[in-house]
Amino acid sequence: MRKERQPQNEIVKGTLDMMILRTLVGGDAHGHTVAKVIEHTSEDLLEVEQGSLYPALHRLEDRKWVSSYWGASENNRKAKFYRLTAEGRKQLVRETSRWCKMTRAIGLVMGEQGGQ
Amino acid sequence: MSWLRLLRRKRSDAELQEEIEVFLTEETADNVARGMSPEEARRQAKVKLGNPQKVRESLWAQNSPLPLTNIGHDLKYALRTLSRTSGFSIITFAVMALCIGAATSLFTIERSVLLRPLPFQDPGRLVMVYEHHRGAGASTPDFTYNPVAAADFYDWRSMTRGFEDMAIMRYAGYNLTGERGDLPEAVRAAAGSWNLFQLLGVQPALGRAFTESEDRPGNSVVMLTWSVFQRRFVGDEKIVGRQIHLDGKPFTVVGVLPSWFTYPDVGIQLWVPYKADATPELLQHHDWHQSQVVARLRPDVSLASALAQVGAVQYQLHLQSPHDPVNEDVAPRSLNEDLAGNVKKPLKLMLCAVGCMLLIGCLNVSNLLVARGAARQREIAIRSALGAQRATLIREQLTESVLICAAGGLGGIGMSVLATQFIAHAWRDLPTAQSIHLDGAVIGFACVLMFAAALVAGLLPALSTTGKTMLKGLQTSARTGASSVSRTALRKSLLTVEIAITVVLLVAAGLLLKSFMRLRSADVGCVTENILTLKYSLPEKKYDTPEKVNIFNEALLERVRSIPGVRSAALGNTLPAAGYWGDFAFTVKEHPPLKAGEDLPEGLMRWADPGYFSALGIPLVNGRFFTNDERVARSYKVIVSNQLVRQYFLGDDPIGKHLHVPAHAPAGAPSDLDYEIVGVVGDTLYQVGREPKATMYFPIFEGFAGGGNMLAVHTASEPLQLSVTVQKQIASLDPGLPVSDVRTLNQVIGESLVNASLSATLVLAFAILSLLLASVGLYGVLSYLTTQRTPELGIRIALGAQRDQVLQLMLVDGLRPALIGLGLGLVLSLAATRIFQSLLFGTKPLDPVVLTGVIATLLAVAVLASLVPAWRASRLDPMRALRSE
Repeated sequence: MRKERQPQNEIVKGTLDMMILRTLVGGDAHGHTVAKVIEHTSEDLLEVEQGSLYPALHRLEDRKWVSSYWGASENNRKAKFYRLTAEGRKQLVRETSRWCKMTRAIGLVMGEQGGQ
Repeated sequence: MSWLRLLRRKRSDAELQEEIEVFLTEETADNVARGMSPEEARRQAKVKLGNPQKVRESLWAQNSPLPLTNIGHDLKYALRTLSRTSGFSIITFAVMALCIGAATSLFTIERSVLLRPLPFQDPGRLVMVYEHHRGAGASTPDFTYNPVAAADFYDWRSMTRGFEDMAIMRYAGYNLTGERGDLPEAVRAAAGSWNLFQLLGVQPALGRAFTESEDRPGNSVVMLTWSVFQRRFVGDEKIVGRQIHLDGKPFTVVGVLPSWFTYPDVGIQLWVPYKADATPELLQHHDWHQSQVVARLRPDVSLASALAQVGAVQYQLHLQSPHDPVNEDVAPRSLNEDLAGNVKKPLKLMLCAVGCMLLIGCLNVSNLLVARGAARQREIAIRSALGAQRATLIREQLTESVLICAAGGLGGIGMSVLATQFIAHAWRDLPTAQSIHLDGAVIGFACVLMFAAALVAGLLPALSTTGKTMLKGLQTSARTGASSVSRTALRKSLLTVEIAITVVLLVAAGLLLKSFMRLRSADVGCVTENILTLKYSLPEKKYDTPEKVNIFNEALLERVRSIPGVRSAALGNTLPAAGYWGDFAFTVKEHPPLKAGEDLPEGLMRWADPGYFSALGIPLVNGRFFTNDERVARSYKVIVSNQLVRQYFLGDDPIGKHLHVPAHAPAGAPSDLDYEIVGVVGDTLYQVGREPKATMYFPIFEGFAGGGNMLAVHTASEPLQLSVTVQKQIASLDPGLPVSDVRTLNQVIGESLVNASLSATLVLAFAILSLLLASVGLYGVLSYLTTQRTPELGIRIALGAQRDQVLQLMLVDGLRPALIGLGLGLVLSLAATRIFQSLLFGTKPLDPVVLTGVIATLLAVAVLASLVPAWRASRLDPMRALRSE
């Protein structure tokens, strides 16, 4: 697999994958919808870089966490839809729990710092 | 997974483009819904998307396994650079193909001959055991691998426990005559003890092997090898159990050996039990050194302790008969080495030579790559300025040399298929020649060679071109030429090494060639021109008395001598230069008895008819030749060679003295015989390239029959034209008698020199190729230097330097590495030639003619190679040279 040179990229990518999986829990979606949902849900705090969205989707597909098919979009255009697989669901659970632990840990650290 | 993606990435890319398109449309639609104008909406969508090319690229890269694509890139790049300079590529390819091909061929032969175990069961535990005669000094040298006497062997086998079993064998020969009037044929055979095949682990393809009760004197059973079974008996399985006629006696075929069994060599056609054609007396002789012993070690016993037991038995035997030639020790030898004994040294020598050539080839390619590196210096500098890593640049350049070497290696393997066949056929006494072929291991070897060569050739130039700081590379202009100094020094030192190795090869080749010419022109001691030789062997069953043998031989000589065109004819058991044949130990009756521990005198045994010496032109030194009535019971006479007199009579007059030869007892004669010396003749060589040995000649009319006769016919013109006439005379005397080895004496000598000629020719070929490579290298370096220094030389000329001064300057520059290399090479060859001194005949390692020749050749080639670029430099037009900047 490809090795990333910059460590900060790693984190972003990790969360992007997780957020994409989370988005797909609500139903199958194509790339644009996925990006829009993430942006909307995050109250536009997060902006999904398209340059990483599509490679991420393909990567998830490679890992068999999502599957894809060609269907018609809301505007009745041909678009590639992504669907969460059973394996992807498990991965999402794993990722979510990891994320919760992480944020709690970070929160603890930051809270202590802030208390002083 | 990644492989699949790699294959699918075109499709994946197309899908992505479609997805991007969908994204743009959706985003545009959203933007329009937000109230933007369609153009603005589209523009905003594109802004949001960013650069679609970047998305594509990152996905493309994600789909490509990184190292693989890099190799692909490097390969493509290297191919492009190589094809741009096709001349360079072709030369380097040819060089590598030649070198790798030659090395692979020799390795193939080496592997088949020396490394691959013989196809016997558990070959690691098999060993040959010889008798070992410890030398007492220069006059009686150490004789390590002495054939074993049968009686010694039987004592070894019954009295020692270190070997699981021991078997004995020796060579024999028979006249194979057909039952239904087939042509008679002289076949080479071997006699092996009954347990030999069992010991080697060989199952007969048909029938069975000998049994212990069949291995006794006078027993007539035979095993056929596959080749004679197919050739003579057309593969008819019913031959097992039938009889065939050997020397007129019926032998029952008990079995047929499998087709792969060609031990000890392919020429053996039949096997008989060891004792079958030996007399009980011979089997009890401790000095009948005619046989080879092969033994299988017990698994739990070390070779040293097993041999120590055998050695102890042998030492006891030696002590029991101090005045017979019974050796005091034994010596082991592996089966491979036993078969390859004669070819091992020349083979190693050739491997070394070809290794040197390969090294020169690598250095040459390396040299050429350094030159190219210089031309690409700026490219490299610019690329490293743009962020290329040094490792990447080195990898790229290595890819180039790997490509060259891989292509060369493939070409080389192809060439070696042809070359191996050629060498295997041209090289006589190469054992297991038929099993020499390319196999996985050899191809593996060629691949390893290929990559080693690529590394050697590529690493140095790659390191040297990329090592500079980029600024230096960019600053360097042709005018200053400063940074090229180190690189030129590198090239010059490469060249020096190249020339040094070439000198070693040239010296080796020169010495071998000279030694071969010495051999070629060696004086055999008799007439060699216009001599027809042939061999026949009178079967004992039909010619059972000395009288019958004599009648045939005399009648034949008489008939042959009366053929028109025949000057004279000689009959002996063998002829000069035809081999060692055998020796007898003797004592001089009139001399005081030998001191204890002193070696018995020994001399080659020969039989000759009265006309033998005059027909072959062997001079009479003293006394007389045999007379016609010295036959059968009145024949206790001997003629000795000059060497025997020199060695054992020390100024005494030998004529009238008596030799006591216990091992030589003609049929029906008392066993304790003294032979009166009637004459002394000139020395002849038993083998070209060996020192003359003391020789005894006995009258052939004493009834000698065993082992066959050789007839030499001295003709007035081309001897082979008379061969049919002579053979017809033999057939008219006995239609059932086969004739073999019909050759001229010069052919006999030539065949014994074939190997010396082959090794000299091959090493010479390698040396000439190396010389060519070195001169190409020299020329290349100097041309490069000239180009580098063009502006400088232009300035010099413009400032008034004379043309011949420039010429001299460049010549000296080119010749310096050549001279240093020459000196270095001469020193190296001093060491190297010591190693193969034993292969040389009549040639000293420091032969002045050869050394002078090598020095002259190398200097001439070096001057020639340097002259062209130097001349070009001296003809420079200063204006053009300066403008070229």
